[in-house]
Amino acid sequence: MTQTLDEFSALLLYLAMGVYAISFIAFTLDLARRSAGAAVVAESAADRVARARGAARGSAAGSVATLDPPRADAPARPRESLTLRVGVTLAILGWVLHLGATVLRGVAGARVPWANMYEFSMTGTLIIMGVFLLLLARRDLRFLGAIITGMVVLMLGVTTVGFRVDVVPLPPALQSYWLVIHVLVAILATAFFTVGAALSIVQLVRARRENGPESGLRLPVAIPGTVTLENWAYRVNIVGFIFWTFTLIAGAIWAEHAWGRYWGWDTKEVWTFIIWVIYAGYIHARATRGWRGSRSAWLAIVGYSAVLFNFGIVNVFFKGLHAYSGL
Amino acid sequence: MSRSSDLARPTDHIEQEDGAEPVGGPRLGPIGWVRFAWRQLTSMRTALFLLLLLAIAAVPGSLVPQRSSDPNGVVQYRADHPDLYPIVDALQGFDVYTSVWFSSIYLLLFVSLIGCVLPRTRQHWQAMRSRPPRTPARLSRLDAAEERVVTGDADDALGRAEALLRKRRYRTERYGASISAERGYLRETGNLVFHGSLVGILVAVAVGGSLGYSGQKIVVEGEPFVNYVGGYDSFNRGRLVPDTALDPYRIRLDRLDIVYERENENAVGQPIDYTAHVTVQQPDSGSAADADIKVNEPLQIDGTDVYLLGNGYAPRITVRDADGDVAFSGAVPFLPQDQQMTSVGVAKIPDGLPEQLGMIGFLYPTVGQLESGALASGFPDLLDPVLSLNVYRGDLGLDTGVPVSVYTLDTDDLTQIAGRGTDVPAVELRPGETQQLPDGLGSVTFDGVSRFASLEIHHDPSQGWVLAFSILVLAGLLASLFVPRRRMWVRVHEEQDGRLRVEYAGLARGDDPGLAAAVRELADEHSGSERTVGGTT
Ligand code: HEM
Repeated sequence: MTQTLDEFSALLLYLAMGVYAISFIAFTLDLARRSAGAAVVAESAADRVARARGAARGSAAGSVATLDPPRADAPARPRESLTLRVGVTLAILGWVLHLGATVLRGVAGARVPWANMYEFSMTGTLIIMGVFLLLLARRDLRFLGAIITGMVVLMLGVTTVGFRVDVVPLPPALQSYWLVIHVLVAILATAFFTVGAALSIVQLVRARRENGPESGLRLPVAIPGTVTLENWAYRVNIVGFIFWTFTLIAGAIWAEHAWGRYWGWDTKEVWTFIIWVIYAGYIHARATRGWRGSRSAWLAIVGYSAVLFNFGIVNVFFKGLHAYSGL
Repeated sequence: MSRSSDLARPTDHIEQEDGAEPVGGPRLGPIGWVRFAWRQLTSMRTALFLLLLLAIAAVPGSLVPQRSSDPNGVVQYRADHPDLYPIVDALQGFDVYTSVWFSSIYLLLFVSLIGCVLPRTRQHWQAMRSRPPRTPARLSRLDAAEERVVTGDADDALGRAEALLRKRRYRTERYGASISAERGYLRETGNLVFHGSLVGILVAVAVGGSLGYSGQKIVVEGEPFVNYVGGYDSFNRGRLVPDTALDPYRIRLDRLDIVYERENENAVGQPIDYTAHVTVQQPDSGSAADADIKVNEPLQIDGTDVYLLGNGYAPRITVRDADGDVAFSGAVPFLPQDQQMTSVGVAKIPDGLPEQLGMIGFLYPTVGQLESGALASGFPDLLDPVLSLNVYRGDLGLDTGVPVSVYTLDTDDLTQIAGRGTDVPAVELRPGETQQLPDGLGSVTFDGVSRFASLEIHHDPSQGWVLAFSILVLAGLLASLFVPRRRMWVRVHEEQDGRLRVEYAGLARGDDPGLAAAVRELADEHSGSERTVGGTT
């Protein structure tokens, strides 16, 4: 029974990957098509303000922004692209399949589906995609579609090839409601950091283009300017940071229950701490003169690399108490 | 914070003094230098630098085994990298998190933090008690501005605006025909609580370190453990912990139950539950109480937590001399070697026989045979246990005064008389069996197998404080990142036609995505247009 459900779950996961892959192609085609289009840069309100401020700062010492206040925060909408809609639709379809795969895996194991690397990746990518789709409902972030679906397909590929393990019962150390809370919140944090990093990447690419028009990298018109991207990235990342802070605290409480000390500089704890400190630095950077813009974007990306490292490398290759990869 | 730029977007979230050169140029007196250094140390840029440095400094401790968390790893490292070991050791690479360099980074960071938080607290205190700033001359220039035309009396309109702002928890002040309002002080409060609580955590951890203790003890089924310094196998304590700090309660391990998976083919033999059944006797109570300890459920007694950290088998062995008199009898804890609980241990019999006797034992809880003919364990539970003993005679080296591990046998001064490498096969026993030792030395009986639990006892008086400060950290963070801090202004102009033109404007301090909507919403409600209530973003 367990075996059958698990096989079914794996099948659904492969299907989801296939659908995501096509969605990725659609998103990429859209980017390519649009960047070949008009050369006018759509400028959002925030960017206009920022540009005017920059100009004002040069002249007026009082730095009162002298421009008409923007009334709406909506960037000019480009013509709807069919490929874009296909991309989103397929991403949603893939997500439903992915959800099915994850739920089945949970049912097969009769527990939450995040007790080893395989399950953690499966649920993690599900939530990355879910957070992305949810944010889509509030903001037009479809220009991130290619990066997000691309990453998710890549991660799922590594997961199914490298991390796949059979359903086994939970070892006693993991039998705790903290497994549910701590790991779920860590996954949520990771999902927000992922979207944040994607925004920062686009911001950096965009910044290059703003600085030198012919730098070779061409971005489509409908992508917001660097200041907007930076603000969005910040908002997404601070949500991630809150979750991460909670992960850290919940992890310490759990460690206290399971191992008799709340903090012991175990490798996994070290990396959780490092990530937390980098993102704290990122938040500071936004408030430090000279560190806004590309530098803070780089910090966000460094932070996200640490997240990936923590998951992909520390879990598998480093020795420590958190030996739950199941490999 | 400079109040002069009140009209502009307040820049207090961008650091003010950063670019400030020390007054008077490079020629500074000693006090000037101290001031200068302090200003540098407490600048936002330094905080950022130290944070990033801290992140980098934490990395090596995850690459090199640490004495605190992985002492065996350090021993292994020494064996694997004899050349590198002294260098890494000299750099405190095996004690990164207590090293001089790591400590100086975080201490500097915290000094910087305190130097940052104190003046901000003062400023914030003042800001909370001062009046909202004057209304800027040209509201339409601000980030978020709206305009409406309403009918009625100007004073009335201002009064209504004030009431609406108050309802939205703004603090208001009237300046002529305008209202100035401010809200969101909680944002800065949250920031200060956050940073202050970080200091709280640091202090609580430090205090806990000097007032707490922890220790390990291996307890065989049926045996007691008493909580006093001498009762531990290993014991660590903080600087301020006297011997008398330990409450001499007594825990007897009645039984250790372990459940192994048998059904799931992919996980046969995987442990799925450990439960230690214990009897606890506290010094001040005459009666004893039963309790259970599980992996995620420590037992709390007298301010300590008792954890179940490990387990193993302790075969019970009796050795008799040639006349049948008992020379040794007891349970000997063996250390598990693999998933199937093949366990290895040492029995030493210094007295009662013509010569000292040492035995290295292998316990196979469920015996099986490899193709080579060697014995192996096929399942971790005690389904068919076999004990195999290699026997040595000679000098056990116990009288030299040097402490010797109970888990190892130094065979240098011993002669092997049974087991691999001799003509006599190893002594092989099932529970209840007895076998004669070679050379007429006597006999050995395998009475049965008990389990042992490895208990860890912790006392950390500051733990609750650390948790409380952590919760404050989280609460402060939430407030400081999500409470919008805003200023709003409403100004009423009386037009010639008798109607009123009302300007509404808002200004954010820090990141505030909802500002424009908030201004619009206020304008709509104030001017009585219902259409956009609820927002049309
Ligand atoms: C242990 C070291 C520190 C950590 C982990 C840390 C972390 C943080 C975090 C997470 C935030 C964003 C949340 C909030 O606003 O409360 C923040 C904000 C802030 N921190 Fe720190 N901080 C540290 C030290 C410092 C120091 C030394 C200073 C002073 C130089 C400082 C000044 C600030 C300021 C001014 C903000 C507000 C930034 C804004 O409004 O965007 N912090 N810090």
